[in-house]
Amino acid sequence: MTDASLHQSIPREIPREAEPSFRDYVDLLKPRVMSLVVFTALVGMLVAPVPVHPFLVFTAILFIAIGAGASGALNMWWDADIDEVMRRTAKRPVPAGRVAPGEALALGLGLSLISVMMLALAANLAAAALLAFTIFFYAVIYTMWLKRSTPQNIVIGGAAGAFPPMIGWVAATGTVSLEAVLMFALIFMWTPPHFWALALFMKDDYSKAGVPMLTVTHGHDATRTHILVYTVALAALAVGIAFTSIGGPVYLATALACNALFLRGAWAIRKRTTTDAEEDGYATEKRVFRLSLTYLFLHFGALLVDATLKSFGIWGGWT
Amino acid sequence: MTIRATHELHARRRGRNVGVAVLLAAFAAIVFGLSVVKVQQTGGIEGFDHVLRPEMLPPQEGVGQ
Repeated sequence: MTDASLHQSIPREIPREAEPSFRDYVDLLKPRVMSLVVFTALVGMLVAPVPVHPFLVFTAILFIAIGAGASGALNMWWDADIDEVMRRTAKRPVPAGRVAPGEALALGLGLSLISVMMLALAANLAAAALLAFTIFFYAVIYTMWLKRSTPQNIVIGGAAGAFPPMIGWVAATGTVSLEAVLMFALIFMWTPPHFWALALFMKDDYSKAGVPMLTVTHGHDATRTHILVYTVALAALAVGIAFTSIGGPVYLATALACNALFLRGAWAIRKRTTTDAEEDGYATEKRVFRLSLTYLFLHFGALLVDATLKSFGIWGGWT
Repeated sequence: MTIRATHELHARRRGRNVGVAVLLAAFAAIVFGLSVVKVQQTGGIEGFDHVLRPEMLPPQEGVGQ
């Protein structure tokens, strides 16, 4: 290729603002979601009873995160039409016109392939297969199917976000066990109240986009009841984990405190009406949504603390 | 013939190109590091040096007893 041929291929009318930056491609990977994936997968790997070389831990977590990012890019490619309608997502790179849909698709598929292959090399085939299934579940089962077809979309789709600690555990041990399933269940049960609290104060975003969120199909009152029911089930599960082999005194104290606060928040949401919420700008719903983020971070952080106590011989288990 | 960056497009894409270069270098470093760790975890390795290694021969009756 020469200078002449290079320059002939450049369309000179490309507007400066249409040129995607490196940051736009990073945004396609949903970095905030990735941070949660990194943390929960890391905990899943570190609480496993098998020591793993630190570099292998780093590599496995990195490619689990990249796999999660890849599924985020595929989600943005498929959902560009509804992202454009919703205020919360309108500025994403594809609906904002900064990245072409085909580029998001290519990035998503390419990173999916690389992340699965590299996880197989760094950890094992079981972990890689689980990562591949997670990407498939999020991109196809949730994004392409459930999200636009059922108000249970985030209940079932929540499984995609619940897999990372299980992948971390399998990366360390090579097998799925009860502890991995319990960590999966913790995020799975946490997702509905977390997202429904968000959906309550997102008002008409989902209805404008035609996404059948529970708030749209069954109304706010039914959603408030659902939040409380799921929070009760979540609290029982979260506290119960304290008495398994991955639990410990720090986790138990954390779970008791966090679940008491979360239950109180869910009950406060249940007691309110849409009129109450509109009067104070959905203050309670926003508070519970923020609390739900801290809730998950503290639970997994406590699991890590108890695992550290065990590794130093400070805590020897319940028996 | 060398391609010379004369168009302003090159300047606009500089950030992206530097980013891709850093990612590729990081990827190469990770694959290298992964190889080193995996080889270290394989245990003792004997190089094939065209020399007869008695320790690899099957044990024979009456030999070394």
